[in-house]
Amino acid sequence: MSIHKLTLYELHKKFTAGEVTATEIVRAYGLRIGQVESKVKAYITQTKDSVMAQASALDASLKGWRKTAPMMGMPLAIKDNICTEGVTTTCASRMLGNFVPPYDATVIAKLRQQGYLLLGKTNLDEFAMGSSTENSAFGPSRNPWNLHCVPGGSSGGSAAAVAADECAAALGSDTGGSIRQPAAFCGVVGLKPTYGRVSRYGLIAFASSLDQIGPITKDVTDAAFLLGAIAGHDPLDSTSADVPVPDYMKALKKKDLKRLKVGVPAEFFAEGLDPDVEQAVRAAIEELKALGCTIKEIQLPRTDAAVATYYVIATAEASSNLARYDGVKFGLRAKETKDLLDLYMKTRQEGFGPEVKRRIMLGTYVLSAGYYDTYYGKAQAVRTLIRQDFDAAFHDVDLIVTPVTPTPAFQFGAKSEDPLQMYLSDIFTISVNLAGVPAISLPCGFSQTGLPIGLQLIGRPFEEDTLLRAAYAYEQSTQWRMKKPVIR
Amino acid sequence: MNITKQEVEKVAKLARLQLTESEQAAFIKQLSQILTHVETLKQYDTTGVEPTATVLGQVNVFRPDEARPSLPVERAVTNAPESADGFFVVPKIIEDRQPL
Repeated sequence: MSIHKLTLYELHKKFTAGEVTATEIVRAYGLRIGQVESKVKAYITQTKDSVMAQASALDASLKGWRKTAPMMGMPLAIKDNICTEGVTTTCASRMLGNFVPPYDATVIAKLRQQGYLLLGKTNLDEFAMGSSTENSAFGPSRNPWNLHCVPGGSSGGSAAAVAADECAAALGSDTGGSIRQPAAFCGVVGLKPTYGRVSRYGLIAFASSLDQIGPITKDVTDAAFLLGAIAGHDPLDSTSADVPVPDYMKALKKKDLKRLKVGVPAEFFAEGLDPDVEQAVRAAIEELKALGCTIKEIQLPRTDAAVATYYVIATAEASSNLARYDGVKFGLRAKETKDLLDLYMKTRQEGFGPEVKRRIMLGTYVLSAGYYDTYYGKAQAVRTLIRQDFDAAFHDVDLIVTPVTPTPAFQFGAKSEDPLQMYLSDIFTISVNLAGVPAISLPCGFSQTGLPIGLQLIGRPFEEDTLLRAAYAYEQSTQWRMKKPVIR
Repeated sequence: MNITKQEVEKVAKLARLQLTESEQAAFIKQLSQILTHVETLKQYDTTGVEPTATVLGQVNVFRPDEARPSLPVERAVTNAPESADGFFVVPKIIEDRQPL
């Protein structure tokens, strides 16, 4: 048995049955990471010794028959913008290169309480701003399916680590597609929960009205299993929703999709969609039909407005959130400065990379006197229209099915010189964040060049159970998850 | 939409970002491109449409006004570039003046 090849849930069952110890799990993953990490570069920080000590302590505390918490002994990778007490959390920025959080994010506190094993912190675009990990201050991660291609972003390290079996599962964060797009590019499952479903406390803020933490996993069962372990109301996050968390694992068992109405928005199958992607997604829609879903054409007429709306709102919120990096309370401080203002200006010059600066500039511009109504106010109003599109659609259908990305993974450098082109590649994922609804990305085929293609299912607020149920039925009726990358 | 050099300088100052000449030049071009795309929002009629600030529709979230455990001072300053006696140290803000 190769431990690293097991899914999270399979490993959980073996651990619970006493067939494998935490120490064996950590050793197996240490070997696997040793084999492939120099090629994939998924991690910024590996915990190595400390996780081994954690595993030994866990094994020592368990004797004979064990009643375990869901994540006990489970080796996870965590995106490096989620605070882990005592373990460096860099946000892939020079600004936070030495930042060691004095507290845990709520999701980490929940996992820690259950006895999870932290294998390391995964790479991302600096402050989660990007779609390729090329904006990481520590260099990009690579796509395990083709090392010349990006793994997607911003949670590219998490998706690459899951695809390369360098962890059993991972957490990412999704502001405009940052879980779903890398999951699609790396051929794994990624779930962005409803806004408010999972606490954001301890997630280093990018755009607070859009950010959400979620699982990146080897299959749909694992996504349900991990979501259940992190979801729920948190008094420490005032935007977390006080809505009961259903049993997501139980939801998977309702395989019958006969009563489900699935909408296909014409706007997502327009010009610019890669033919391989279109073919794979259309075939997946046929499969959902064969599984009993009723397929219906729907309209999301304001889809074209999503990218512009997002890049106003997200950058405005970012410019405000990132004002805290001033060289005083934590993080980098520039040397040889003449006064406080000079210290701010130089610290931020040295600490932030080009994309972060670009977004701070854009966000500051759209919020500045004279432009607020023209840009920010307008974008907030159009955001309402986009939400209304989803509300209207969900009046008629239970789920919406779309591609995740217009193309499969692109090569390094293909878009990094043209920010607008990079932004436009987020077109299919971004409106979901603006509307605050949940969505899942799961494999639905491969391009002619052998790169994975993702299918996106979008659901009503707090109906992750329906999303997971449909995704699971589709996954089980196809074979995509069986194919694994050969890393070379 | 074309952004001028002066506008970029002004915004950079508001954002407390010192920019190099080449960054300035790049941002003039890139921000102009992005804002031109953003201006496509004009075609959507938003007369009378309420803006969305948050999707949850929450207004205020209250909790009882009770003391709770919090991060001890010495741990709160552990990440500070410079601290002394539990305080953050910054360059002198108030300039020396001649006594009146």
